[in-house]
Amino acid sequence: MDTKLEQIVKVLQEKAGATCEEFRDEVHVFIPAGQIVDVLTFLCDEHQFSLLSAMTAVDYLPQDATQPRFHVIYQLTSLVQNLSIQLRVPVRGDQFKVPTATSVFESANWREREISDMFGIEFEGHPDPRRILLPDDWEGHPLRKDYPLGYEEPQFTFNFEEIDVRKPYVKE
Amino acid sequence: MSLDHLQEIPVGPYKHLVSERAIHGETMILNMGPQHPSTHGVLRLVLELDGEVVINCIPEIGYLHTGIEKNMEAKTYLKAEVMTDRLDYMNNMGNNLAYVMAVEKLVGLDVPPRAQALRVILTELQRIASHLVWLGTTALDLAAMSVFLYCFREREIILDIFEMVSGQRMMVTYFRPGGVWRDVPVEFESAVRDFIKLLPKRLDEYEALLTRNPLWLDRTVGIGKLEAATALQYGVTGPTLRASGVDWDLRKARPYTGYENYEFDVPVETKGDTYARYLVRVRELRESLKIVEQALNKLPMGPVRSDDRKFVPPPRSELGTSMEALIHHFKLWTEGFPAPKNSIYSAVESPRGELGVYLEGDGGPKPYRVHWRTPSFDNLSVLPKIVKGHLVADLVAILASIDIVLGDIDR
Repeated sequence: MDTKLEQIVKVLQEKAGATCEEFRDEVHVFIPAGQIVDVLTFLCDEHQFSLLSAMTAVDYLPQDATQPRFHVIYQLTSLVQNLSIQLRVPVRGDQFKVPTATSVFESANWREREISDMFGIEFEGHPDPRRILLPDDWEGHPLRKDYPLGYEEPQFTFNFEEIDVRKPYVKE
Repeated sequence: MSLDHLQEIPVGPYKHLVSERAIHGETMILNMGPQHPSTHGVLRLVLELDGEVVINCIPEIGYLHTGIEKNMEAKTYLKAEVMTDRLDYMNNMGNNLAYVMAVEKLVGLDVPPRAQALRVILTELQRIASHLVWLGTTALDLAAMSVFLYCFREREIILDIFEMVSGQRMMVTYFRPGGVWRDVPVEFESAVRDFIKLLPKRLDEYEALLTRNPLWLDRTVGIGKLEAATALQYGVTGPTLRASGVDWDLRKARPYTGYENYEFDVPVETKGDTYARYLVRVRELRESLKIVEQALNKLPMGPVRSDDRKFVPPPRSELGTSMEALIHHFKLWTEGFPAPKNSIYSAVESPRGELGVYLEGDGGPKPYRVHWRTPSFDNLSVLPKIVKGHLVADLVAILASIDIVLGDIDR
């Protein structure tokens, strides 16, 4: 690990109760959900991590209810120091809530909309919590592991009407 | 003339995003897209207009959402690669590269030098093709028809080269984990050399048409200014960020696939307007040519695929004589190769910016989670910020100048 990064991780461990893992020269730091905005502000303001490169989530769908179901992932880049750090926020419980990072990074706005669209994680205090990629009346959150992949039956001339009656717009 | 077909759209869902005046009906809410030639795909913009001036702009995306991330979870690492071509359909080789590099990093696989050099040549040709399409369509949006025809003429040569190496013009899937699909044919080198000899002259011609053209300058200079700090806040990367004065190119900052072996400059402009973005891209075209030429001159001989049989299938010639090879062939094409239970993030510089792949394995032969950090998604998110106060006609210029690809945004 880079020495600068090592110092930052040390501070995070002391201040925010973070734990750290390393894989293929990448640093993954686990942060409790309540601390994430403070940690992002700290990294952005004091260590020039000015670019939120990526933000996503993973659904682990644990059998054991005490394990966190989701990880929300923040990939930060410092252009000045040419460093990267990955923050991971485990999301537990039956109400999946994480504080919004839009106050620190504007780019979190659309990314958080995408994550709540795809995973159903609520970002508390988000200024514009609409769905982003899917239609507003879509049911479910497709990237969850308990959401089936599914398919659409192709309509041909011979079975057009048979399939047409099963389309969602018929219900209305 | 009847104006009945002009309908305002309801303010309701956008109440928190438009001004007070729209709610009282003083300004007009108008739909632009998704079927609109200058939105570069199926993008819908909800505009709040005061006369012809844009007060607010709300992008509505998702019309091209194909669930690629979900689909990739259901395929083996190798089979999932065909979906990467369909993301950013102007940068197929670049998407392949981002994905195979992620897989190689996750499983720890080395790539022979010849394959690395071929990857550089083809990705840079792809960058040229992508920038040519951008230049042509942007010029078309700003009513310069001829540039469009010229750019597509040159892009055709690159697509022919792609067809020569991979059998496909666009959906190439040429790079594979551990190398490339197969070695390039003998006529590849002369075809690329002809092209890099031809293009500089042609670029001079385009520049003669545009760079100091007063009409072009009127439409682009000072339009859609983007400050460096705002750009970073919104996660903007690539030429759009470099036009705002931030010298950040992953090929230089974190060289991959042997970019450290080639000499090239990263064009940076400071003005941050539509014209600066044009200049950066045109200069990038010339830099890419430099890289292609150097890579072609240094192209080493040797294998184009790793010989790690746990990940790369054996050549067909071995199947008749070696039991081991047959077993590996069977295992790789039925079950696929396993990847460790861990995650990596790997990023490349696409023609539009940082194209990142978050890849997580679960010990099995299929990815547990793939996330594409696509540059167009973030570059588009800054649009509402920079179009405020401009005319609708300038909105078209700004939208074109940030170079979005809807397949890249909606995934």
